[in-house]
Amino acid sequence: MNFRRLINSLLDTTPYVLALLAALGVASILLIALNAPPLQAVGAIAQGAFGTENATAETLVKATPILFVAIGISVAFRGGVTNIGGEGQMIAGALAGVTVALAIPQAPGFVIIILSLLVGFAAGAFYGGIAGALKAYFNVNEILSTIMLNQVAAQIMNFLLNGVLLDPSELGSNAIPKTARIVEAAELPRLSIPLPPGLSDLFGTAELFGRTRLHWGLVIAIVLAIITYILLWRTIIGYRIRAVGQNERASRYAGINIQRNILLSMLLSGGMAGLAGVVQVLGLQYRLQTDGSATGFTGNAGFNGIVAALFGGLNPIGAIPASVFFGGLLVGAQKMQRELGIPASMVTAINGVIVVFVVSAQYFVHRRSRRRSVGGAPPEREPTAPIVPAPLETPS
Amino acid sequence: MIEEIFTASVFASTLRLATPYIFAAVGETFSQKSGVLNLGLEGVMLMGAFAAFYTVYATGSVIIGLLAALIVGALMGLATAFISVTLQAEQGISGIGIYLFGLGMSELLFVRLIGTPVSIDGFPRLYIPGFSDIPVIGEIFFNHNLLVYAAFLLVPIAAFILNRTTFGLMIRAVGQNPEAADAMGVNVARVRYMTVIIAGTLAGLAGASLSIALLNVFQQNLTSGLGFIAVALVYFGRWTPLGVLLGSLLFSFVNALQLQIGSIGVNIPSEFAVMAPYVITIIALVFASKRAEKPTALTKPFRRGD
Repeated sequence: MNFRRLINSLLDTTPYVLALLAALGVASILLIALNAPPLQAVGAIAQGAFGTENATAETLVKATPILFVAIGISVAFRGGVTNIGGEGQMIAGALAGVTVALAIPQAPGFVIIILSLLVGFAAGAFYGGIAGALKAYFNVNEILSTIMLNQVAAQIMNFLLNGVLLDPSELGSNAIPKTARIVEAAELPRLSIPLPPGLSDLFGTAELFGRTRLHWGLVIAIVLAIITYILLWRTIIGYRIRAVGQNERASRYAGINIQRNILLSMLLSGGMAGLAGVVQVLGLQYRLQTDGSATGFTGNAGFNGIVAALFGGLNPIGAIPASVFFGGLLVGAQKMQRELGIPASMVTAINGVIVVFVVSAQYFVHRRSRRRSVGGAPPEREPTAPIVPAPLETPS
Repeated sequence: MIEEIFTASVFASTLRLATPYIFAAVGETFSQKSGVLNLGLEGVMLMGAFAAFYTVYATGSVIIGLLAALIVGALMGLATAFISVTLQAEQGISGIGIYLFGLGMSELLFVRLIGTPVSIDGFPRLYIPGFSDIPVIGEIFFNHNLLVYAAFLLVPIAAFILNRTTFGLMIRAVGQNPEAADAMGVNVARVRYMTVIIAGTLAGLAGASLSIALLNVFQQNLTSGLGFIAVALVYFGRWTPLGVLLGSLLFSFVNALQLQIGSIGVNIPSEFAVMAPYVITIIALVFASKRAEKPTALTKPFRRGD
């Protein structure tokens, strides 16, 4: 990497740093207005997120569904499709996955797990594919259709959880809408890291995360992030998706089937969100349960995944630290609420501010890239592309 | 059973429940006509709803509450305009950011400033001597709070502004062909700032119509998706105030029916009734997308000299 490229790649991260600093500024003003010392609040969040072994595990547990969704959002946004339907696609995946897990309780555990994951991916993909097909073949604005589909999914979930999927033991009584518990064999195993003697003295335990809720879902998500990165930047499939997102007209002239690639990016994106739903069921809740709203099950991961994807630079690898960061923010905010009385919903507001700042900061990146191309025409930017993706490279 | 469902009170609540849809969607029509997809409406509505509710809670005056909602809405509109016009941020995603901000912020303020669910005395029903007492007709048309009448009055006013005034012409020009409008000396950015602020102000009003006129309560996520439907209603109404009105009435009618069916215990799973408006919206979007009325420059930032 030569010096100029290094400088440029450093400059590419500046919008995210700036966005974070600006959001921190807004948060500080807010905290001062709420009569809470900002440093103490940030300290409480950090403590609550990473202060203990269990806190760190909870952060990673929270980050897992966010990461799945963020990987999917990265694919969709790179493909020029603004998928806001993470919530609905998660629900579709979870409903399908839990149905499989409940239908074949006698099967060996690994068979149940793999089948649930596959069917959940397919259901999420199908649900995302509806919006994808509507955009590709009927020119329906995907932002609006995915938002509507989120609400539809929540109602389908309520209907099924109050009906055919209702836990038989809840029948008749004032039923909480939830499914029966899946068999133990179908649970995703807990994740713990055995430590060598030297380190175990340092941490005071022989097995890191041994008594926490951390599960293998995190590992699946990280592997998926790597696979998706390779898919996007090292295969012709990913090349086409990104080409369509970057410049639809040029892609058409290059002979790329626009409609098929829009649909494909939504199928992949929905599938990843579907996995987020299945993994929540198999790894954490062991059943599907809700309070009647979509967020009752998803915990807003469908929206937080968008924030993490943007913050990860629409790169699945970048989404890993971004998801851990936002997972930590959510878990840490609980401690802030307990200690300082600042409602945890502040994190939602700050997430919104971060989204706005990240997409606004693109303006400055864009101005810089316009200056870089001195004398030439400004780089073509299709207005449908949600964010300016990195320049196209040919797959190697 | 049909008589049990289609009662005068259903039609009366159809008109009442249309209020927030009309305010929000007519405002959004201005914004979209000028080429800005203002997706943060839901967040602005929540902020407006809270501002109005808290002010009435604290002062007891619905008029001051209304003003608070208008001011908060206008400020959120100004912020939206700065983001989507000056900074030219992608409108869909930045709108989601504004939504999340409004969602979190209104809840934060509610928990911090009020805490427990309370109800307030909102806009009273107006009694119109003579008219309110007419059987059936009186119940349907002349038994509402002030904001309901204001919403219906807004529709012809908006249509007049958009179709019969210079300002309306500028809005349409800027949304249809910003380059040409710019060449003719229209300040594209200024027109878009104005329409987005109008949309914000009316979204604030829509929020207030929920929190201090229709429901007289505030809770987390009070609007529950109404703002997003309002955005879609503009597509549904083919970017005209009258079309938006018809769409709003259709949606509020479905809402009113759903309440009525629930109250008389007809055996239709309530989930399907709740789902219906969203499914209708999606279907409507399929048809709306084929129309030529859509402003050509919708979602496209304008940059001079490109």
